[in-house]
Amino acid sequence: MQARFYKAIYRIRRVEEEIAAVYPSDKIKSPVHLSIGQEAVSVGVCEALRSDDVVFGTYRSHALYLAKGGNLRRMIAELYGKADGCAKGKGGSMHLIDTHARVMGASAVVGTTIPQAVGFAYALKLQRKDNVVTSFFGDGAVDEGVFYESLNFAALKALPMIFVCENNRYAIHTHQSKRQKLDNICERARAQGVPAEQIANNDVSRIYECISQSVGQLRRGGPGPFFFECLTYRLKEHVGPNDDFQLGYRTREEAEAWLKNDPIERLGAQLDPAERRRIEMEVEAEIKDAFAFAEQSPWPQASELYTDIYDG
Amino acid sequence: MTGEIERELSYVDAVREATEQEMARDSSVILFGLDVDDPKAIQGTTRGLLEKFGPERVFGTPLSEDAMTGVAIGAALAGLRPVHVHIRMDFLMLSMNQLINIAAKSRYMYGGQVQVPLVVRSMIGKSWGQGAQHSQGLYSFFMHVPGFKVAAPTTPYDAKGCLIQAIRDNDPVMYVEHRLLHFQRGPVPESSYTVAPGKARITANGSDVTLVGISHMQIECLHARRHLESVDIDTEVIDPVWLSPLDIDTIVESVRKTGRLCVVDNGWVTCGASAEIVALVIERLQQIRPVVVRRLGFAPTTCPPTPILENLYYPSATTIASAVYDLVRGGDNGWMPKQRLDREEIQFRGPF
Repeated sequence: MQARFYKAIYRIRRVEEEIAAVYPSDKIKSPVHLSIGQEAVSVGVCEALRSDDVVFGTYRSHALYLAKGGNLRRMIAELYGKADGCAKGKGGSMHLIDTHARVMGASAVVGTTIPQAVGFAYALKLQRKDNVVTSFFGDGAVDEGVFYESLNFAALKALPMIFVCENNRYAIHTHQSKRQKLDNICERARAQGVPAEQIANNDVSRIYECISQSVGQLRRGGPGPFFFECLTYRLKEHVGPNDDFQLGYRTREEAEAWLKNDPIERLGAQLDPAERRRIEMEVEAEIKDAFAFAEQSPWPQASELYTDIYDG
Repeated sequence: MTGEIERELSYVDAVREATEQEMARDSSVILFGLDVDDPKAIQGTTRGLLEKFGPERVFGTPLSEDAMTGVAIGAALAGLRPVHVHIRMDFLMLSMNQLINIAAKSRYMYGGQVQVPLVVRSMIGKSWGQGAQHSQGLYSFFMHVPGFKVAAPTTPYDAKGCLIQAIRDNDPVMYVEHRLLHFQRGPVPESSYTVAPGKARITANGSDVTLVGISHMQIECLHARRHLESVDIDTEVIDPVWLSPLDIDTIVESVRKTGRLCVVDNGWVTCGASAEIVALVIERLQQIRPVVVRRLGFAPTTCPPTPILENLYYPSATTIASAVYDLVRGGDNGWMPKQRLDREEIQFRGPF
């Protein structure tokens, strides 16, 4: 399992680093909200899900998309605005989708996909399916009214779903303590009748265990939803490829604590060096292939401007 | 369209029957919204559906318009066909993020891989003191946004056919009902049928002027036509039925003949449906023939509940007839018909 976690996290990290490296060339025509530092949450959750389970994400969903099995080539082509992109170049980095991997969408507007995850779970329950839906959102979404409305309805109907709050403490540049009087996100979920647990420290193994247990209960027809607040940290700027410690809203020291505890180093150190090297080479080859694919993919036809507004 | 149909139904029963038939035909259709399962059953439009289809497919919701719209979208993404009911269109303002940013855009921004077959039923209130927040006709918001379809049926026949079409449609449809139209009765076939998007109806033929009436204003326009007959003005009346897609061809062809266009809306004229219809007609005919135009709609103010002011707020058959008279004869004649046929239609006696 540690090797699986390592490969998944390393792969996301390296994809994001390549995006950051290519970004100054202006070949990527899309604002990118990189997942660097937050990979462990998506990996811990998605490794516990089945491929036909459903996820909804946020504008920072590169990690979720890849962890859930989204097609890497098509993701990079989407960032390049190319015809082979996962949304034909019409979604961009903030609206990644892969219906085969059941990554069912992501929104630029904070909190917006939370109720869609709830509705999807309602449909699955009505259809007597055993799939589970997971809704990913950040601590900023907890400021939004729709968060509470969605939790309430999911609890009311005991829906087969899991809420995952990726708490990186910042909504763009504004700390949680400037937006919320109490640091009590789990209590808010419990107050609506939803069992909730906080998982600190980008702890991929603990996240995996918790999600596996919840999914098992839901799969057996037990009542949902479940709620997890996963403490994590965004290492790059809110949007774009750079560091932003010079802005002064956070300190480099704050980041150092997370860097010292980086899951990549933690997990990598546990692997046999030869295996680690083999994993890394596989990932590098896949990334090289994906960027080459995006480079050579054609631009969308002009007719695409008016395609898919309506059915047919 | 209705020459052979003998059965009469109210608009309310037409809406209810359309929903019942579609829910029986297709188990993916679900119905929800505030109070759809309560004793009043949304003026009767949802009566009996809970008993017939059960609480998983027919349910009242928490007072959470924003999230419940997202729930509807998520359910639609999963293959259901939700009908989300709002007893006043004004309440939709709590749903706009989901409707505009997700429902309208999902098919496009996800590269055609998903669809949102969602119906939003919303009602416009009028009279008996409905006031500022129970009276708004805000459908032009949805005409403005690519990805939405908008139906505003006037007759019980179109109410049933448009709703069945909306439920079967693979795009999000804003289905607009006017509270006063709920009392209309008319011929409605028992069998299931659809009224396709993008086809207007010429509801009365005429040669002097084209009068387009939207939703309940269609009724006022037909009364205005009778007033205008008394002064030898022959009015062609058109009901767009669907506002998006809009059948502008039928309206253009009529104005090509008459050279005069008056559009009467159930909303404000600024940036509204009437502005759009007039602009489209002028764009099409400006090099071809001279055209005179007029728009009528809500007075550019907030709807007051007191009847003295409320009567001044809405166009009526008499004010429409007066405006059309001036459009046809030229100038400001100050002519007003005497009778108030328009008032006879209203059976609404509150409180909701």
